[in-house]
Amino acid sequence: MIKVEWLYWLVGLVFVVMAVQMAADRTNPKRWTSAAFWGLLGVTFPYGTGVVNASKGTGGWTLPAEPLGVAVLALIVLAGFNFLGKGVPVTTTGEQREASATRLGSKIFIPALTIPVVAIVCAAVLDDSGLFQEGQATLLGLGVGCVAALVVGMLVTGEKKISVPLHSGRSMLEAMGSALLLPQLLAVLGSIFALAGVGTQVGDIMNSVLPENSKYLAVIAYCVGMYLFTVIMGNAFAAFPVMTAAIGWPILVEQMNGNAPAILAIGMLAGFCGTLCTPMAANFNIVPATLLELKDQYGPIKAQIPTALALLVCCTVIMAVFAF
Amino acid sequence: MIVLLGVVVVILGFVTRRNPVLVVGVAGIVTGLLGKMSPREVLAAFGQSFADSRSVTVFAIVLPVIGLLERYGLREQARNLIGRLGKLSAGRFLTVYLLVRQVTAAFGLNSIGGPAQTVRPLVAPMAEAAAERTAGARLPDRLREKVRSYSASSDTVGLFFGEDCFLAIGSILLITGFVNSTYQQHIEPIELALWAIPLAVCAFFIHGARLLLLDKQLEREMAAAAAENDLPLPKGADK
Repeated sequence: MIKVEWLYWLVGLVFVVMAVQMAADRTNPKRWTSAAFWGLLGVTFPYGTGVVNASKGTGGWTLPAEPLGVAVLALIVLAGFNFLGKGVPVTTTGEQREASATRLGSKIFIPALTIPVVAIVCAAVLDDSGLFQEGQATLLGLGVGCVAALVVGMLVTGEKKISVPLHSGRSMLEAMGSALLLPQLLAVLGSIFALAGVGTQVGDIMNSVLPENSKYLAVIAYCVGMYLFTVIMGNAFAAFPVMTAAIGWPILVEQMNGNAPAILAIGMLAGFCGTLCTPMAANFNIVPATLLELKDQYGPIKAQIPTALALLVCCTVIMAVFAF
Repeated sequence: MIVLLGVVVVILGFVTRRNPVLVVGVAGIVTGLLGKMSPREVLAAFGQSFADSRSVTVFAIVLPVIGLLERYGLREQARNLIGRLGKLSAGRFLTVYLLVRQVTAAFGLNSIGGPAQTVRPLVAPMAEAAAERTAGARLPDRLREKVRSYSASSDTVGLFFGEDCFLAIGSILLITGFVNSTYQQHIEPIELALWAIPLAVCAFFIHGARLLLLDKQLEREMAAAAAENDLPLPKGADK
């Protein structure tokens, strides 16, 4: 049986290998701290196995959680105080890429499509086969899909060196920087909010404001709350743990027995409607205006607001109708 | 009540555009301590929840494959394909681009488009050229801005309401990572991704309809602009 922890070890290994590449890259002005960040992140993956074993009592080696907490704070310091740098990307020239695109044509899409196809086959067909750890078939399918896609990709492109995809992937990692870690850190923050009772506090406030058992008002409060929180903060990921701990989970799922995947997925999309409307999400809304040399930097937002509001209504209606 | 200060820290941090990673770290520590946890318990909470939510960062293993393909001209080939749409009107062209962006993002290819990758070099110039060909005249600056803004919007809307249909995207994994570890659930990413499909369809019809209306709007405003300035009608317009 393939276990999900094996996938985490593979991910950790990829980060560590890329960290070694970074340490050797003299074009990166912050190569040592960059390597420390990604290397430490890589190590947290196998270490986490021990922490999860300890908390779930599933057997295997156990490790205390506190040192991992220290490591997480170290990652936050390295990323938060700008210790991450970029090297000169190891890649091909524009002409070489044009030539290769002409040579390969649309065959180049095959490896990319391999990932979702394999992942979906694993999740839909092989879930009950006993091949994968129970309840983890989608995630493991993704891992299998990536390995398969890498093999297919090297065959299609005729690339023979495994270091080439690792170097290209590392350049993308450097370009994304700490943004790559933000979703996981926000999940951590959501858990800490829940542990410290933030959700119950906001939930109590909402309970006193919302009339008893009014499903529709609660749905509206969750969707519009996700929207407004995202407009203010510019990030639906940051709004999600707060609103979900406050309304989504305690009221809509537990109190009203809603369908959890529907509520959570649609709630996140209601937040995306907010992202379309806010200058706070600069990389999506302001950067394009600058790139297109617009006089009105709010041009893209103005083009998006009617669509976003209509979609917010769709989110609310679909959730109210289909999630209960 | 006092633990809500943690939420205030998050809001203030994001509003004042501090480094998001730092904001999250400070908010976590503040919330934990205000929630009467000892420093040791705060550390354990960080460690435990980080271990529980490792699935969120698993999408990083897609990067070597995408990096390899980009090195061999993935984006260039995407551009070649989009370039073949040159004969459509501005609104129709942007609607097709919206669809392409949604479908490719739904298959996990969310980096083949983007403001710098496709909108500026390709989508906006093609939409402008199509609008000018239809009108038979140069676009006034105001309408040019409008066409460019709509070009950017079709890219962003397409990305947002396509990517969530893919399993391995940060937002989907954030949901499962957070909910499964906090509330001891076993929700799988595919269950969430399925619910993104109806909204992807809504997004296509709503934004697509608005893009098609853009054609009408351009036509009307071009006519008004021509009448207002008493410009001679462009050659061939009377045929």
